[in-house]
Amino acid sequence: MLAEFLQFLFSGLTVGAVYGLIGLGFAVIYNASNVINFAQGEFVMIGGMATVFLMKAGLPMPPAVALAIAGAALVGWLLARFGIETAKGAGVVGLIIITIGASILLRGLAQVIWDRNFHPLPSISGDAPIHVLGATLLPQSLWIGAALIVIMAGLRHFFAHTRTGKAMRAAAIDPLAAQLMGVDVRRVVRLSFVLSAALGALAGVLVAPITMTYANVGVMLGLKGFAAAIVGGLGNPLGAIAGGLVVGIAEAMTAGYLSSAWKDVVAFVIILFVLLFMPNGLFGRAEAERA
Amino acid sequence: MRFFRKLTRRAALAMAGVAALTLAHAGTALAGDAKEPIKIGSFLAVTGPASFLGDPELKTLQLYIGKINKEGGVLGRPLKLVHYDAQHLAKKAVTFTRRLIEQDKVDLIIGGSTTGTTMAVVKLVERAQIPFISLAGASVIIDPVKKWVFKTPHTDRLAVRKIFSDMKKRGLSKLGLLSGSGGFDKSCAGNARKLAKDYGITIVADETHGKGDTDMTPQLTRIKNTPGVQAFLYCGFGAPTSIVARNFKQLGMKIPHYQSHGSASMKFIKGAQGGAEGVRLPVAALLVAEQLPDDNPQKKVALAYKRAYESAYNDSVSTFGGHAYDALMIAVNAIRRAGTTDKAKVRDAIEQTKNYIGADGIYNMSPTDHLGLDEKSFVMVEVRNGTWKLLK
Repeated sequence: MLAEFLQFLFSGLTVGAVYGLIGLGFAVIYNASNVINFAQGEFVMIGGMATVFLMKAGLPMPPAVALAIAGAALVGWLLARFGIETAKGAGVVGLIIITIGASILLRGLAQVIWDRNFHPLPSISGDAPIHVLGATLLPQSLWIGAALIVIMAGLRHFFAHTRTGKAMRAAAIDPLAAQLMGVDVRRVVRLSFVLSAALGALAGVLVAPITMTYANVGVMLGLKGFAAAIVGGLGNPLGAIAGGLVVGIAEAMTAGYLSSAWKDVVAFVIILFVLLFMPNGLFGRAEAERA
Repeated sequence: MRFFRKLTRRAALAMAGVAALTLAHAGTALAGDAKEPIKIGSFLAVTGPASFLGDPELKTLQLYIGKINKEGGVLGRPLKLVHYDAQHLAKKAVTFTRRLIEQDKVDLIIGGSTTGTTMAVVKLVERAQIPFISLAGASVIIDPVKKWVFKTPHTDRLAVRKIFSDMKKRGLSKLGLLSGSGGFDKSCAGNARKLAKDYGITIVADETHGKGDTDMTPQLTRIKNTPGVQAFLYCGFGAPTSIVARNFKQLGMKIPHYQSHGSASMKFIKGAQGGAEGVRLPVAALLVAEQLPDDNPQKKVALAYKRAYESAYNDSVSTFGGHAYDALMIAVNAIRRAGTTDKAKVRDAIEQTKNYIGADGIYNMSPTDHLGLDEKSFVMVEVRNGTWKLLK
């Protein structure tokens, strides 16, 4: 009984960590511009696919990963520069729609530039499962968990204690006031896209050994990552992780103890309830909006 | 204003169309009947998400139509391929099929890479009374039988039969089933539920997973802990096939592991990173052409197709191209036997296809069977040392 429970828990933690890691990317851009970037899943895809094809071209893994992350960051910059800035007056909803368009474009480009097949990436420390009281866990899950904690701590520090991080939050709360205080709002927004694209690409490399990577991998992963970010409270890195784990564990426990047919239903019911009763998420602070 | 502009544009298009048609007719009248090409129409999913089907299918048609023309064509007339890329979209399939019938006046249609695009045009080809050979998988295309509609790929029902025969041979009767939420997955799992009784098999666990799921260990743990379970079958397609195989290994499950022909791609083995070892699945003989015994009549055909395709395109052969090869050959043979391109006679000749040895199997069509393959057309393979090993 315990082994079974532990197995479901491990599955939930693994999947939840994947969701959380992707959810983190949403926090950065949201914090800088109040925009929800629906191309976040595609940054994850670019990270994984670019690494796969750079390794096929003969590069060893570390430089391939570095180049893939740099490439994704460049795509993030291009999206901010030519997508977001050119449509400056469009308002937040307009900008969100632009990110949806960008995600479709990136998916199409990936199919043309790379291919339409699915690919694995090697795990960091092998595939031999770790046995714990009769349940098993892949070492890659631990790596994802570790990355999750490091990145979360880094982001919290960045937003709370660095000038650039504070400038970002200021730019989101009131762009005009931030500009008057000497914050270069355009630069801040570009930086936020570059940063979250790089984070997404890193996530893509880390999760690919578990999820595989393919041109459309970002669709569902992006959606689940978004759900994680919403449950935890948008813009809060700790919240994204907590949200990811809540959704992941709920899915695994439902699939394990109830029925796999109910798995997605339960996950989305949780999201619904959180949004109904805690509209700012588990960790979000209530915002006072002035008309 | 915009409405009128649209209207005039449409009128212009229509006029251009009429002009082209008249010209075309004048052309044929001048050329006479002897050299008039036999027009084979096709609509395939060459781009878009189903392009992994349409791409090798189109390449195969082009390759073999070229070959046949070099050898003098059919009935002394060259073949001409009229192709449109309908992607996986039913709407486009309907538009292009209408164009193939009314404008291009093709003699026969090969196409529909997916079940959706195929089913969308069934009514149209039935009404136009034109022979149509589909390259899509599901059994609904030919069951119930439609007068003008044929198909070449194996159905998932045949795959399930093959798997169940193998289970029966090994004395396994208690099955744990896992399937995804896609159309293929559902159809395959549905057939498994329906056919189990015929083989004395009981499905003791029946689990599903969602689209884009990345970890199936909870479902597999449930199957693992189901009392009496003797074998495991996964019905699915794409990345989840590899994920299931990895999770299966992660949990240290030891029962025989079956997957469907949806996993019949090297991507499955590579993606599973060692997890695919020992998995059994039914595949078209084409995939293991080299390993077939020499007395297998399919060996020569499959090898010849494989070599021709691989040397022409520098790409490894897939079973999907094999479907197109068989469709074209069945059509050409039928036209030769009929001695004419008269649609009704060609249709009858296709239906009378007997003992045609193709890449996908040996076809024996009849008025009640517009596919003509049985489960013998599949061979059972096991993954060993990272590749397919034919089982005797």
